[in-house]
Amino acid sequence: MTVVLETINLAKRFTGIIATNDVSLRIEKGARHALIGPNGAGKTTLINLLTGVMKPSGGRILLDGEDISDVPTHKRVRLGIVRTFQINQLFGDLTPLETIGLAVSERRGQGLDWWRIVGSRPDLVSESVGILERFHLTDVIEERTAVLPYGKQRLLEIAVAIACRPRVLLLDEPAAGVPEDERHEILSAVAALPDDVTVLLIEHDMDIVFSFADRISVLVNGALFVEGTPEEVARDARVKAVYLGEEPVDA
Amino acid sequence: MIPPRPTILAATEWLSARARWHPLEFVFWIVAFAAIWLMPERHLILTEIAWLALFALSLDLILGYAGIISLGHAAFFGFGGYIAALLAKYEIVNEPVLALLIAGVGAMALGFVTSFLVLRGSDLTRLMVTLGVALLLRELANRYGWLTGGADGLQGAIIQPLFGTFRFDMFGHTGYAYSVTVLFILFLIARRLVNSPFGLSLMSVKGNPLRSSAIGISVDARLVAIYTIAAGYAGIAGALLAQTTAFASLEMFSFDRSADLLLVLIIGGAGYLYGGMIGAIIFKVMQDYLSALTPQYWPFWIGLVLVVIVLVGRDRITTWTTPFRRLAARLDWRAARRAAAASNEGQKP
Repeated sequence: MTVVLETINLAKRFTGIIATNDVSLRIEKGARHALIGPNGAGKTTLINLLTGVMKPSGGRILLDGEDISDVPTHKRVRLGIVRTFQINQLFGDLTPLETIGLAVSERRGQGLDWWRIVGSRPDLVSESVGILERFHLTDVIEERTAVLPYGKQRLLEIAVAIACRPRVLLLDEPAAGVPEDERHEILSAVAALPDDVTVLLIEHDMDIVFSFADRISVLVNGALFVEGTPEEVARDARVKAVYLGEEPVDA
Repeated sequence: MIPPRPTILAATEWLSARARWHPLEFVFWIVAFAAIWLMPERHLILTEIAWLALFALSLDLILGYAGIISLGHAAFFGFGGYIAALLAKYEIVNEPVLALLIAGVGAMALGFVTSFLVLRGSDLTRLMVTLGVALLLRELANRYGWLTGGADGLQGAIIQPLFGTFRFDMFGHTGYAYSVTVLFILFLIARRLVNSPFGLSLMSVKGNPLRSSAIGISVDARLVAIYTIAAGYAGIAGALLAQTTAFASLEMFSFDRSADLLLVLIIGGAGYLYGGMIGAIIFKVMQDYLSALTPQYWPFWIGLVLVVIVLVGRDRITTWTTPFRRLAARLDWRAARRAAAASNEGQKP
């Protein structure tokens, strides 16, 4: 398999703490890769580094072998690295239809079109509606995002990312805070992501991780701790120790 | 009940509905243009309303749509005004329309250069930075009195007739027709712009810059673009004032002017283009009426109105007009008909 996204000795230091410590991660094309670890392990920091929201203190990030460490966030999106957020980051005043339409038009490079009226490109509208249908958002396309139920907002969070046509999709706790009875909707949306999209999933819920991932990396104190298939990670005594809150003996 | 499955047609319809002309908009502009013939004795104040409306429209573009707050928008207003006055005084450009365009382009250049100062930071930083830029320009104009006339203002400019034909008269007849036409044309462009994908992206940047960049939008570039455009609008507004009065003064750069402008936009409501224009009408009419009643204390009443608006306004400054807009929407029979048609469409299997 080819490696699509790779980090080499990636590091991020804030004053006083090391949030990412010498992380070398390889994510294969089409993988369902999960990143787990206790609270404060540096998972979201790693996502922020991969997407360019934060600048690394050291190390490199490669996409298809090309160094993208200095590429700004919006250009990485163009290159195919797209993320969702652990805490909803949506446009409260826009409707889901506008939100998805915007993402599609930006992806097509039509975002600077200032003379064309929104909605006057039939193919853009049909693509947007198609995405909204896939994420079961068609009943709320004309409502302000801010007033949508939380579960719908979580779905929109993923739908927006999909509208950017990611090659690598970084899902930051997609089901975080979703009530139990709405969870399956999010999970089936995640499970239904196209095969050619490489997914890096950050998740606390072990049921989700083990049902979804074909590869798992465990992050502890900012450093890669264990990596392997779900079976290997499940068997690993050190991982169990970390999750039971004990210090691993031989780490 | 299963909600009707919206078709692509309904989605298209809904997306483009916002850009469609509301009947009240036609009324607004017909009245504005009819005033050329129907209210000749009020042309002087109407001219003031027209350029103030354009100036406020400019602020609305950055504040209402892109979320950039400014207390120094007068910088561009004054810059455009001085350009127009200087071009006329030294007879460099005699055609007012051409001079107006040059003033607009000049203000855009200034807007572009200073836009990089407002990219970072909180609202407070932006308030201070914009305020600082305006103060700076005012002092520059003061310092280089040989060019600008300094504290006395730039006098002795003679504005040539419009298209070589229409002389600017002391009753403001030409001035109003000219100003309202310029306002209308620039309004049309702004209206088109805010209803475009670019306009939508501005609203997204205002709503959530973090997510905007996460869907591939270069937030900085969009802010630079709209700030530059808005500066051009403000410059043209200032040039209109300079041309219709054949005068430019340091007061055009003043803090009071920037602050009044914010007031005008808040009175009318930001974020729907008409706010600045309605605010300009209310502000100027109140100023005219109240200053006749109490020449010294009229700002007291303006202040009172402002306090009431902000207290009544639920969601800060943008939404106090929402009930009226809802009412207007209800009165829009075409919208109601379309909505009915769309829901019928949706119920078809």
